[in-house]
Amino acid sequence: MTYHNPPTTPRKSATFDDYTLSEIRRAAATGIYDIRGAGAKRKLPHFDDLLFLGASISRYPLEGYRERCDTSVVLGTRHARKPIELKIPITIAGMSFGSLSGPAKEALGRGATLSGTSTTTGDGGMTEEERGHSKQLVYQYLPSRYGMNPRDLRRADAIEVVVGQGAKPGGGGMLLGQKISDRVAEMRTLPKGIDQRSACRHPDWTGPDDLEIKILELREITDWEKPIYVKVGGARPYYDTALAVKAGADVVVVDGMQGGTAATQEVFIENVGQPTLACIRPAVQALQDLGMHRKVQLIVSGGIRNGADVAKALALGVDAVSIGTAALVALGDNDPRWEADYNALGSTAGAYDDWHEGRDPAGITTQDPELMKRVDPIAAGRRLANYLKVMTLEAQTIARACGKNSLHNLEPEDLVALSIEAAAMAGVPLAGTSWIPGKGGL
Amino acid sequence: MPATTISKAQREQGHARIFDLGQQPLRELNQALHQLTPGSNETAWEVLNPKGSHSVAVGVDQPVAVDVRGSVGYYCGGMNAGGAITVHGSAGPGVGENMMSGSIVVKGDASQYAGATGRGGLLVIEGNASSRCGISMKGIDIVVHGNVGHMSAFMAQSGNLVVLGDAGDALGDSIYEARLFVRGKVGSLGADCIAKEMRPEHLELLQGLLDRAGVTGVKAAEFKRYGSARTLYNFNIDNADAY
Repeated sequence: MTYHNPPTTPRKSATFDDYTLSEIRRAAATGIYDIRGAGAKRKLPHFDDLLFLGASISRYPLEGYRERCDTSVVLGTRHARKPIELKIPITIAGMSFGSLSGPAKEALGRGATLSGTSTTTGDGGMTEEERGHSKQLVYQYLPSRYGMNPRDLRRADAIEVVVGQGAKPGGGGMLLGQKISDRVAEMRTLPKGIDQRSACRHPDWTGPDDLEIKILELREITDWEKPIYVKVGGARPYYDTALAVKAGADVVVVDGMQGGTAATQEVFIENVGQPTLACIRPAVQALQDLGMHRKVQLIVSGGIRNGADVAKALALGVDAVSIGTAALVALGDNDPRWEADYNALGSTAGAYDDWHEGRDPAGITTQDPELMKRVDPIAAGRRLANYLKVMTLEAQTIARACGKNSLHNLEPEDLVALSIEAAAMAGVPLAGTSWIPGKGGL
Repeated sequence: MPATTISKAQREQGHARIFDLGQQPLRELNQALHQLTPGSNETAWEVLNPKGSHSVAVGVDQPVAVDVRGSVGYYCGGMNAGGAITVHGSAGPGVGENMMSGSIVVKGDASQYAGATGRGGLLVIEGNASSRCGISMKGIDIVVHGNVGHMSAFMAQSGNLVVLGDAGDALGDSIYEARLFVRGKVGSLGADCIAKEMRPEHLELLQGLLDRAGVTGVKAAEFKRYGSARTLYNFNIDNADAY
């Protein structure tokens, strides 16, 4: 009788998992790092790690469908003669024409306008599609300065000086040649077909003192009418917020590492910056330390998905949130109806992120005239408006349960954390305790 | 020199509108300039006592002449569209940044990033310019009578940079389609920037720029042309050492 050892089940390394192995093989074959769109895909401490307490005896709730819960917010009350008044505290983040198609930009404008909120230009200048369909449009002032001109500066309702982006703090963009149509090339003053390397830093200022003077110039050009936002990637939120305030910002925008991008190195997206959740409390703390909380408004973005995320961000002290990836999904990005096309590109609906290749089956992140036709700007705009309405209703439902007649009355006291990490990052107690890591308690 | 400055006769006849920044706030000057409408008779402006003020005459949007009597700080003439601005002194960082059209003449020297991201018009610096002159320029013409510092024309996309003196290190680093003409020495060329043949069309173009900038006694043939080798226009891993 022969004894056979039972075979050991093959075991793959947790360190060298299937994705890591495939990426090593891809790098070895091509000699170039992976470039992709969207934001960080790794699991990070996030709003899911927080819970609302709701009201019982110690707090008094409001009737869900009867009692008013205000959602409006005013941005730019510090210096601007014409602050931005929004009906909901959810704005559309900057996404460039060039990265996105014209119909997609139009749809964002339509959806935002139906919802009483603003949309934002991106690294490609202002298009008629978005100006024409956005009641309130924020004009981004970017390091590349593609398409920058005083006419559009004056046509904007606010100006956002972009210093950094959550997906790539310290990094510039890369729009590969295949997406450079005649129109995109003309707007960017660059030859058709070349890779367009957006600068990582502004060409004509080099630090916070210069930024202060730059903001003064922008205010002078626009006669002190427009709110000036300063957007930073979530890297050093306390100091960056404090310096933005010092430089004269009306609004500070902090974009966490789940924030999306059109195209950057995968290794950058996944390894640089801090999770959105970790950015909020330091940014709020900076405003509080300076006595500027609620005087300089704070917008936070990066991975906002639903009304609970909105309510949690507001409870932690922000004035509004911004959405990018979620807005694209609402328009139809990564929709399973195009599954066969995603498969043909070696991907699947829900995972497609090679936006820089210009072959987006959903017609959103492309300049291909045929693919662009797949976006109906009116219907897609309606979907975005529906989504924004749902998020707002969800946030209101939670706020009323916490006894608040305004979303902005939510506070850290309404929250607990499910993990020590989230408790430490958000500065709220671990559930079932009064312990905030680093701050004592039981 | 282009007929941009206010004539003595104009001043004596009271045709120039005068702003004294020693007495009046900058806001009033810029607001008054912005309120000009096409066809306005107020075409001559004079700014006294700038004393290094930032953002003097930014966002001009009409074809008016603005004479600034003294030196200015950051961003003088920023985003100028159609104005003919003359600084009778030196200019701080970012003079004429993102200029759209018109002209800016600096009688003295200019600090860093003069003409940054400029899209059109003519910027003339009669003295020297510091580092990053013409950085990311997108169609502007810049003529510097003296020298320019390091990293000038970095990522320059289009337009022309003319330097009568010397250029510092890393000239034209990562340049796109801008044309650079240097009469003196070049410290070093940046990535993807090379010396190029001066063909007849370039001589003609350069001579026109010299004429427009009021340069006399200098021939276009005295300059060398520099521009993009275009090897970095599409990423190739074999070029990684250049980055």
